[in-house]
Amino acid sequence: MTEEIIIAGFGGQGVLSMGKILAYSGMMQGEEVSWMPSYGPEMRGGTANVTVILSDDRISSPYLKVYDTAIILNQQSMDKFEHSVKPGGVLIYDPNGIIDHPTRTDIAIYQIEGNRLATEMGNKKVFNMIVLGGFLKVKPIVQLDNVIAGLKKSLPERYHHLIPLNKEAITKGMQHIISYKVESALIDH
Amino acid sequence: MSELRLMKGNEALAEAAIRAGADAYFGYPITPQSEVIEYLMTERPEERTGMVVLQAESEVAAINMVYGAASTGKRAMTSSSSPGVSLKLEGVSYLAGAELPAVIVNVMRGGPGLGTIQPSQADYFQAVKGGGHGDYKLYVLAPASVQEMSDFVSDAFDIAFKYRAPVLILSDGLIGQMMEKVVLKDQKDRMPDEEIIKRYGSWATTGKKGRERNIVTSLDLIPEKMEARVHRLMKKYEQMEREDLRYEMIQCEDAEYLFVAYGSSSRIAQKAVQLAREKGIKVGLLRPITLFPFPKQQLLVLAHQVKGILSVELSTGQMVEDVRLAVKGRVPVKHYGRTGGSIHTPEEVLEALEQKIISDGSN
Repeated sequence: MTEEIIIAGFGGQGVLSMGKILAYSGMMQGEEVSWMPSYGPEMRGGTANVTVILSDDRISSPYLKVYDTAIILNQQSMDKFEHSVKPGGVLIYDPNGIIDHPTRTDIAIYQIEGNRLATEMGNKKVFNMIVLGGFLKVKPIVQLDNVIAGLKKSLPERYHHLIPLNKEAITKGMQHIISYKVESALIDH
Repeated sequence: MSELRLMKGNEALAEAAIRAGADAYFGYPITPQSEVIEYLMTERPEERTGMVVLQAESEVAAINMVYGAASTGKRAMTSSSSPGVSLKLEGVSYLAGAELPAVIVNVMRGGPGLGTIQPSQADYFQAVKGGGHGDYKLYVLAPASVQEMSDFVSDAFDIAFKYRAPVLILSDGLIGQMMEKVVLKDQKDRMPDEEIIKRYGSWATTGKKGRERNIVTSLDLIPEKMEARVHRLMKKYEQMEREDLRYEMIQCEDAEYLFVAYGSSSRIAQKAVQLAREKGIKVGLLRPITLFPFPKQQLLVLAHQVKGILSVELSTGQMVEDVRLAVKGRVPVKHYGRTGGSIHTPEEVLEALEQKIISDGSN
């Protein structure tokens, strides 16, 4: 198994930490992992993205052109990465703030209303964990137990009391991710 | 016990310095290597092992602090990124001239000038062709993973003390900023003076009680003596070539074409090997782990086997010159690489192989 993922959105949405928790979870499961952030001026107030790879084998390039899964959290990232998903791959996005919805018919597209669900939960910060939950429903590449173990490993002990909340957010994401059909959306117009 | 962690390359290097039993780190922050000093400051190694960590007032001060500490036989290191390393080069030349062991780390970014903070491999010439003035070379290790960022620190100190010579770890922003799994080595004790003298001889300024005084200097105004010193340095470099060359061959057994790439580019080229083989193109990868010494002989052997070689670097073509020298015109050698902070994708590397090597009839 090799899963090549790009997570892209605004700086401050928890894009890099979502990638980090995914990488930690993979490590807890005994996988090879790599986490390659975009860093530099584009992070400051603009878009942030991270490439995460989980694999049974030694990982070659941590920097990629095409991905098995793109998790897209703003319009700029949709413009940049919709066409970087491999044919047959997966695109997951939060429709909040998206004007131009994806149009590809050769990939599986899912919506997760992370922003809305996080507001409902009363904690905007769990947004990224809701999205992670949605991803794990579509691609169960790491078990929930290993995600929790990854959270324990990556979070300083003083934040460990937040782990149940994060678990709840992941579960919520798993329950609320829905398939998005490009054809039906076009008819709606 | 060895310990498994998920770390950035820069952090793994910093932790490895503590565990290698380094005595001192002197540095000055610069992106993309600032995590090295940040990590060391947070970890407080002065409490863990007694290691000194100091932010100097400049890169020039830091390298001269390394010179001072190394003169006393201590295991000292510094790190920076490209523009900062340029500032250190006077000190590096002095270290080589005074025959002092030290570890210097360059987490390369795009240049020339202040350039950009994104990854680059455009300091190859600076690393292997001098950089500083005079007849000297650096032993250059090029890590291609977070694991190697960790492992190469103690390797670099071992080589530096074996030869009494500065060693450069030539990394880049991609390897420095990415996170991977890393198995950390066990903590080594810092070496007391007696142990250093026992292992490496008495050359350091440890206090002259009971012996002739040791003088550490790169200055020798008598030409015959200075010439002898330079020849002694050259003997060391020849010995490095005989005893401490390191490289890795990936899928070279049946290769009809060859990539040569180090550091981050070797990781990207390895993916290009996989993509090429899925298309039925038999490509291998020679990864120099040391850039000096360079795997010249291995390249010459492969030049008799393959139809063409593509040197892949994040530069406009520097290592390619050494590849050409090594194969002595026996096979076409071309360069491919993005530069200025842009990174080539595996697909671009494969396309370059197809266009520049495979479909070029003039070959």
